[in-house]
Amino acid sequence: MSAADNAPLLRVENLCMRFGGLTAIDDLSLDVQAGQITAVIGPNGAGKTTFFNCLTGFYRPTSGRVRLNHPQRGELHLEALDSHQVASRAQVVRTFQNVRLFPKMTVLENLIVAQHNRLQRASFFSLAGLLGLPGYRRTEQAAIEIAVDRLTRLNLIDRADAVAGDLPYGMQRRIEIARALCVDPLLLCLDEPAAGLNPRESAELNELLQSLVQGEGLAILLIEHDMSVVMNISDHICVLNYGCKIAEGSPLQIQNDPQVIKAYLGEDDEDDDDFDGVEPALATESES
Amino acid sequence: MVVLAHQAPSVAQRCKDAGAVAAIALLLGIPMLGLTTVDQGGSLLVATRWPTLAIFVALCFAGRLLARYAIDALQARARRRPAATLLRPGARHQLSLWLGWGCFGVALALPFVFSDNRYIVDTATTVLIYVMLGWGLNVVVGLAGLLDLGYVAFYAVGAYAYAVLSTQFGWGFWQALPVAGGLAASFGLLLGWPTLRLRGDYLAIVTLGFGEIVRIILVNWTALSGGPNGIASIPRPSFFGLPFKPGDDSATFAGFFGLDFSPLHRLIFLYYLILALAMLTNLFVSRLRRLPIGRAWEAMREDEIACKAMGMNVTNVKLSAFAIGAMLGGLAGVFFAARQGFISPESFTFNESAIILAIVVLGGMGSQLGVVLASLVLVLLPELGRDFAEYRMLLFGTAMILIMIWRPGGILSQRQPTLRHRAEAGAAP
Amino acid sequence: MALALQQLINGLTLGAVYGLIAIGYTMVYGIIGMINFAHGDIYMVSAFISVTAFTLLAALGVSSVPLALVTVLLVSVLFTSVYGWAVERTAYRPLRGSTRLAPLISAIGMSIFLQNMVQLTQGARVKPIPPVLVGGFDLLTVDGFTVHLAYSQLLIVVVTVFLMAAFTYLLSQTSFGRQQRACEQDRLMTSLLGINVDRTISLTFMLGAMLAAVAGVLVTVYYGVVDFYIGFVVGIKAFTAAVLGGIGSFPGAMLGGVLIGLIEAFWSAYLAPEYKDVATFAILILVLMFRPSGLLGRPEVEKV
Repeated sequence: MSAADNAPLLRVENLCMRFGGLTAIDDLSLDVQAGQITAVIGPNGAGKTTFFNCLTGFYRPTSGRVRLNHPQRGELHLEALDSHQVASRAQVVRTFQNVRLFPKMTVLENLIVAQHNRLQRASFFSLAGLLGLPGYRRTEQAAIEIAVDRLTRLNLIDRADAVAGDLPYGMQRRIEIARALCVDPLLLCLDEPAAGLNPRESAELNELLQSLVQGEGLAILLIEHDMSVVMNISDHICVLNYGCKIAEGSPLQIQNDPQVIKAYLGEDDEDDDDFDGVEPALATESES
Repeated sequence: MVVLAHQAPSVAQRCKDAGAVAAIALLLGIPMLGLTTVDQGGSLLVATRWPTLAIFVALCFAGRLLARYAIDALQARARRRPAATLLRPGARHQLSLWLGWGCFGVALALPFVFSDNRYIVDTATTVLIYVMLGWGLNVVVGLAGLLDLGYVAFYAVGAYAYAVLSTQFGWGFWQALPVAGGLAASFGLLLGWPTLRLRGDYLAIVTLGFGEIVRIILVNWTALSGGPNGIASIPRPSFFGLPFKPGDDSATFAGFFGLDFSPLHRLIFLYYLILALAMLTNLFVSRLRRLPIGRAWEAMREDEIACKAMGMNVTNVKLSAFAIGAMLGGLAGVFFAARQGFISPESFTFNESAIILAIVVLGGMGSQLGVVLASLVLVLLPELGRDFAEYRMLLFGTAMILIMIWRPGGILSQRQPTLRHRAEAGAAP
Repeated sequence: MALALQQLINGLTLGAVYGLIAIGYTMVYGIIGMINFAHGDIYMVSAFISVTAFTLLAALGVSSVPLALVTVLLVSVLFTSVYGWAVERTAYRPLRGSTRLAPLISAIGMSIFLQNMVQLTQGARVKPIPPVLVGGFDLLTVDGFTVHLAYSQLLIVVVTVFLMAAFTYLLSQTSFGRQQRACEQDRLMTSLLGINVDRTISLTFMLGAMLAAVAGVLVTVYYGVVDFYIGFVVGIKAFTAAVLGGIGSFPGAMLGGVLIGLIEAFWSAYLAPEYKDVATFAILILVLMFRPSGLLGRPEVEKV
C-alpha cells in the first residue's frame, strides 16, 4: 500500500510525436502525482496540446510510454487505448483549448451526457429505459443529482436549463470543467482553463482547482498561459519548448530558471533589445 | 453587388444587380430552356423555345428585384426590432403539441369520414408510409447527424424479406414483421460497422453506393428476388387470422363480424395498421430521445470529439442509430410489400432515398411533426395534377437548398430539452 | 491475350473520362473540404449541351469533323462552366461556415434539381446522336479476335493527356495555381494576404466544370447516347476514383480514374458484367476502410 502511495499516478516516459518531418514532442518524460497540480507551460507551438492529445488517445504517439497507476485496475497503458477508453477506463478526462460543448443542448444535458456509460448500462441498452423500470429511474435521478452538485460548485446552477451555446465564453469554459468532473476523473487535464476568464472568475477557478486536489485527491494536469494561475496553484511545473522539456520543478525554481527565461524572451543578445524593457518577464505576465 | 449596411441601394443599383442575375439566367437558360432536341423519325432535330426563355429571364430579373427589396425591408425591420419573434419558444412547443394531437385525431377519424372513398384512404396510407420512413431516417439524420443516402436499401430489405418469407416459406405478416425488422437492422450494422469511422461526407457517399449495391443485387439475383420482374402475389395481412375475402362463414373478416363484404375493409385495415406502426415508431423514437442513447446521438451530432473525451464509444453510438433507423425502414418495407402485393427493384431507387431525405430535411431535422407535414406536402403535391407531379422533385431539390440557406435546422426546428432541472413536472409526455 | 489488350484500351479510355471528372471532385474537396455531389450532374448537363450542339451543327451543314468537335468543345465548356459557377454561388457559398451537414444536403438538393431540370427541359428519353467519329485502327488479330482502337478512343486519351499537362502547368506555375493552393491550406490567411478567396473558389468550381464538360463531350462522341440519369453513376465512380487516388491530390485523381476504368473493363470482360457497378462501390468502401488517404493522398490528422 505504502509503495503504491509513492508511485506517481501518471508516468510519461520518452514520449515522441512526429508529424511527417516535424517533431512536435521530443523525448518527453514527466511524472504526475495524485493530489497535486502539475502545470505544463511553454511558448505557443511548444507541443503542449499535442502532449494532451497523446495522453488522451486522440493521437497515437510515435514512441514512448504513458502509464497510469489506476487504484482499482492496476497499471494502464494510455498510449494503447482509444480516446474514449482513456476517459472511461483510465478515468483521465480532458477539456479543450477551444471549448467543446454540445452547443444546442442545455447545460444540464451536457452534464448528463458526460455520465453516458453509467446511464447506458443502467438503462440496459435502452430496454429498461424504454420500459421505465425503477432501477433505471433511480440511476437517472442520481446522475441528475451529481450534475446539480457539480453545477452548484461551479456557480452555474442558475443556468442549468439554459442552452449551452448561448452562454458567454467564460461560462462555457466553466461548464466544460463541470462536465469533465461528471465523468468521475482521477486525472483532470485542463487545456487553458483560464483563457477568457475575468480576474474574479480566474481567482474562483484557482480556488476550485485547489479544493478538488486537496479535498478529493484528484490529480490535475494544466496547460495555461496565465501565469497568475500557474504560479499560484501549481505544485509542479514542466516547461516545454519546441517539444522538448527544458525545465521542471517548483514554481519558484521555474521563475528563476535561465533556460525558461530564454525560451520566453528569446536569446538575450543585441537582436532582442525590444525585450530589454520586460526583463522580469514571468513576473510581468503574472501581474497581467 | 455589394450592398452597404444601413444604406438602401438606389434604384439603378438594384436594376444593375437584377440585370446581372438575368444575364446569368440567360446563359444558363440558352442550352437547357432555349434549345432542345426532339426525336423526329429516329434522328434528332433542334427545337427552339425562345419565348419560354424570355419569360424565364424576365422572371429571374423581377424575382431578384423583388427578393432584394423584401430582404432589405426585412433586415431593416430586424434592425429596428432586434428580438422580435412571433411566439415564445414555450408557446411554440405548445402549439406543435396541439397540432400533433390534432393530426393524430384527424388520422384516426379519417376512414370513418371517408369510409366509401377508396382513393382518400389509399393516399392517406401512402402518406403514413412516408411518415414512418421519415421518422426512421430522422433517427439517423436528425438526431445522430449522419447523412444516410441509401436509406431505401433497408426499406427494400424489409420488403423483400417479407415477400420471400411469405411466398416461399408461407410465413404470415406478423411472423415476418419482427424477422424482417431484425434483418434490416443487421444490414444496418453490416454497412455501419466498416464505414461509421468515416467522416460525414464519406459516409454519405458510401451509403449512396450501398443503396445502389442492394438495388443491383435485387435486379440480378433472379433466383431470390425475381430480378427486374420482382415478386408478385405477396399475401396480404389478415385481421388476426381472418382474411379479407368474400364469404359468409366466420372464417373471414366480413363473416366474423357479420358485415357485408367490401374490398374497403382491407384498405381501412391496412390504413389503421400503418397508423399503428407509425405511432409506435413515434413513441419509440421520442422515448429513445429521452434515454441515454438518444442524448448520446444528439451529443454526437453536436461534437463527436467531445463525446470521445467523455468516454463515449462513438462507433457504438453511431451503430445503434444506424441499426435502429434501418430496423424502422425495414418494418415500413414489410408493410409496403404486404400492401402492394407486388414489389420490384423499381420501387427502391435512389430517387426514393432522396424523397425520404427531403421529407426529413424539409420537416426540420429532429422534428417529428415536421416529418408529418412534409410527407403530406410531398404525397399530396403530385395528386393535385400532372404538372405538380412532374415538378415535384424539382421543387424539392430547390427547397432543400433554400432551407439549408435559410434555416439549416429545418422549418420546425425548436429543440426541446430532454430533461430539466426546474419544473420537471412540466415535461411533455 | 488479345481480349486483355482490348480491355486495356477500353479501360484506359473509360478511365480517362473518370479521371477528368474526378479532378473536379478533388479540386473542390481540396479547396472547401466538401464533396460536390452535383458534380456528376454537371457532367450530365454538358453531355446534353453537346448533343444539342452536335445536332445544331449537323443542321447547319457543318461536315468537317475537327471543326465540329472543336466548336462543340468550346460551346460546352463555356456553358457548363457557367453552370459550375452558378452551382457554387447559389448552393454552396451561402453555406460557408454553416453546420457540417448543411452543405452536403444542399449539394444533394442541387443534384436532384439539376437532374429533374434536365429531365423536364430536355425530356426523359435517351437521346442518340449519329456517330461523329467513325472508324479506327485494327492493331492486331489473334485467333480471329481483332484488337480495335477507335478514333474516338484515341481522341479521349489524347485530349485527356493534353488537359493533364495544361492543368499541371496551371496549378504549379501560374499565379492562379498558387492562390488555389494557398486557399487549400488556409483560407483565412489567404484572404488576409489580399487574395479574393471567393473568386478563387468560384474559379475552381468553373475549372472542375470545364473538365467535366470535356468529359461530357468526349463520352457523347464515344457512346453516342445520353440521358438525364448518366451523371449519377458516373459521378459516384469518378468520386471513387478521386478517393482511390487520394482525395485532394491532382495526379491521384487521374491515377484513380484510370484504375477504376481498368477494373471496370476487366471485371466486365472476365467476371460478371452485371455486377460491375458493385465492384466499383465495393472498392470505394474498401479504400475508405483501409486507406482513407488513398494511393497518393496525404493522411489527414484529425484536428482536436
